[in-house]
Amino acid sequence: MSMIFGVPLAVLSGQLLIGVINGAFYALLSLGLAVIFGLLKIINFAHGAMYMLGAMATVILFDNLGVNYWVALFVAPLLVGALGVIIEYFLLRRIAGQDHIYSLLLTFGVALLLQGVLTNIYGVSGLRYAIPELFKGGVNLGFMFLPYYRAWVIVVALVVCLGTWFMIEKTKLGAYLRAGAEDAQLMQGFGINVPLLVSLTYGFGVMLAAFAGVLAAPIYSVTPVMGSHILITVFAVVVIGGLGSIGGAIITGILMGVIEGLTKTFYPPASTAVIFLVMVLVIMFRPSGLFGKEA
Amino acid sequence: MSQSFDPATIHKAILEQQKADDRKKMMLNGVLVLLLMAAPFAIYPVFLMKILCFALFAVAFNLLFGFTGLLSFGHAAFLAAGSYTTGYLLSNYSGLTTELGILAGTAVATVLGLGFAVLSTRRHGIYFAMVTLALAQLVFFFLVQAEFTGGEDGMHGIPRGHLLGLINLENNLTMYYFVLAVFLGCYLLVQRVVTSPFGQILKSIKQNEPRAISLGYNVNQYKVLAFVISAALAGLAGSLKSVVFQLASLNDAHWHMSGEVILMTLLGGVGTLLGPVVGATFVVNIEYQLSQGPLRDWVDPILGGIFILTVLAFRSGIVGEINKFVNKNLR
Repeated sequence: MSMIFGVPLAVLSGQLLIGVINGAFYALLSLGLAVIFGLLKIINFAHGAMYMLGAMATVILFDNLGVNYWVALFVAPLLVGALGVIIEYFLLRRIAGQDHIYSLLLTFGVALLLQGVLTNIYGVSGLRYAIPELFKGGVNLGFMFLPYYRAWVIVVALVVCLGTWFMIEKTKLGAYLRAGAEDAQLMQGFGINVPLLVSLTYGFGVMLAAFAGVLAAPIYSVTPVMGSHILITVFAVVVIGGLGSIGGAIITGILMGVIEGLTKTFYPPASTAVIFLVMVLVIMFRPSGLFGKEA
Repeated sequence: MSQSFDPATIHKAILEQQKADDRKKMMLNGVLVLLLMAAPFAIYPVFLMKILCFALFAVAFNLLFGFTGLLSFGHAAFLAAGSYTTGYLLSNYSGLTTELGILAGTAVATVLGLGFAVLSTRRHGIYFAMVTLALAQLVFFFLVQAEFTGGEDGMHGIPRGHLLGLINLENNLTMYYFVLAVFLGCYLLVQRVVTSPFGQILKSIKQNEPRAISLGYNVNQYKVLAFVISAALAGLAGSLKSVVFQLASLNDAHWHMSGEVILMTLLGGVGTLLGPVVGATFVVNIEYQLSQGPLRDWVDPILGGIFILTVLAFRSGIVGEINKFVNKNLR
């Protein structure tokens, strides 16, 4: 078997694949955070909880109503997105105009609440969810084995990321959103319903997180605390990338997944910490982040 | 008529009013201290010590959040640095007196705080919070993986030892008075810091950082110093905690703990001296009471709910709201 830097090629490419998949999740989650922060100036601490809700909803819908994966892929994010709109309407709207720190604290409370309630109902041991029939098995690429489901995750995550980027940067709706973030009053004057736009934006950002949760259900262990673990990593990713750009969130997310995968191959003990170490380095040499605009 | 507008008279009246206020405050504080000294005869001392440790932790956190306007989401790291260092030293070096163990824990937290401060003060606002959170997570990973920490189990059976090599701290009552003395000392220290010119500069940074910069203050230096003092006191709280409970656990390092101290401060009253103490008393009591009853498993969601209510309905917290009420109606 061929070796690279003393590591078998199959092991290396296997870890790289896992890295790219984790990176796809980081990208989806930091993209959602970037959308919500960039347009609403809210740091959504409940983002991890929304990701968790997406995955939990997928499992619960299947167990109780027999809803299959393909339906869940649409229904779960819609349900969670609706919850997001409710949270925005009843809670976040009331502290608009206050220091941004209060939105962080409020969403932190929401996260504690959601995670706590689900922990009481379902416990912290993982729920299982089967890989959809269509994607069982995989293909042997010669140097590695590629499970179909993982390939699907990478492709669909990329498509959704690029679609979101296109919508915000290139369409008229995106232009409204960006303009609303710059000067809400002026947009209101033009007859745009800004409060509605804000609710929908929050709902959309949260949907992205829930969508990542549905994708995660068949490969990761689904538990009420799964969101809190990944969220802090995603925050580090966000600091590295800088929240200035939508594209930056996507690229940094995937990059960090790959770096994590490589570390796991060459020096496993550091694999949980490597993203945070990269964050420290980035802050030292480029405080505004790799793609950040603000100083 | 003209007399009432004489500036000297008005100034004198204000000074006298202030003096009267100060006297009232002194009396109130005196009564509180007496109550604290008598408390262990009515309430289980270990429970009181738990409150004091968390109150000190919250007071330390508030120095940074309440008075300087920096929301650290990583203060659990300092609590843990203190508790693990002290726990390790007291468990492994039997010749070491307790106060040296506690000082060492505080020192480690201080150095860690300096590192955090230098990195995190490069970013502002919400980014600052995220950076501190991520750095604290690094500390958490370290404590999980390092060998001397006992991994998931933490450290147990840390000896309380003897104060100055003489006074036996195994006795809960003796231990309580030691913790109380340390707590009061730190409280006075923070009071001194906040009311000093240094404290005024911290407040000005909170209110309007660009203006503080334009006045010629090296804002970053002040932020770092405030951060380091806060980290040191948080570490001291952790050190005390490990001696009181004779245990250092991963709970101390988890980001959940960083969230809890924010809740204590917010609930008690951000930017007031007494607020964090009241908040800590409140939260520790809620947790204890709930854990005894049928709502045992609902502590987390209930704390989350309190968080939401506090942010939505009374951001100035218990002490802040009382102050507002007093100023409005009783003056």
